[in-house]
Amino acid sequence: MNLTVALFGIAREIVGQSSLTLTAPAGQSAAGLLAELRTRYPALAGLRSLAVAVNNEYAAADVPLHERDEIALIPPVSGG
Amino acid sequence: MLIDLVDHAIDVAAVLQAAESDEAGAVNAFIGTVRNRSEGRRVVRLHYEAYPPMAVHQLRRVAEMAREKWPMLRQVAVVHRHGTLEIGDVAVVIAVSTPHRADSFAACQYIIDTLKEVVPIWKKEEYEDGTVWVAAHP
Repeated sequence: MNLTVALFGIAREIVGQSSLTLTAPAGQSAAGLLAELRTRYPALAGLRSLAVAVNNEYAAADVPLHERDEIALIPPVSGG
Repeated sequence: MLIDLVDHAIDVAAVLQAAESDEAGAVNAFIGTVRNRSEGRRVVRLHYEAYPPMAVHQLRRVAEMAREKWPMLRQVAVVHRHGTLEIGDVAVVIAVSTPHRADSFAACQYIIDTLKEVVPIWKKEEYEDGTVWVAAHP
């Protein structure tokens, strides 16, 4: 399946683009996606935290992803 | 409940007004502004980036969690700004109203503290000689 991942802040700068489409095995989990992205972009592993959001909610590690999901990578937030 | 993410100057008076309630004896507000120094470095300006749909959704969730913790809350208003902000600009305004003041202080503090932990907004500090994404690295 193809997943589209929106990127923000320092994650966007590390990857060099604001969204990424990648092919993933069916049933790929949020943790699996993170592992894949950290392999491709080692600088992501140096961040204080990195979360996956699915449809505007933070996703637990074992949540399976679907093609139609709105997926985003959330580096450490610093609003306020 | 007023929840918003804007790309222009926040109308602070309008946020305070949104928190008014005839049943409240206290309106408590937090106004977050852009400071000219960070860890000893002179800050020139700040760039806020947001993931707008999730940021608004999470702002609403934070306000709802505050309502669960402080059921006496009357009004809750939270407006955050994104884009490029200069020193002194208002980045966020939170205003709550409750019958008595102690609850209004506690609820307002809870909302700003939780916002900083969960709402997908990122701050990049610009100095005279470079930029840094705040809190990105250990």
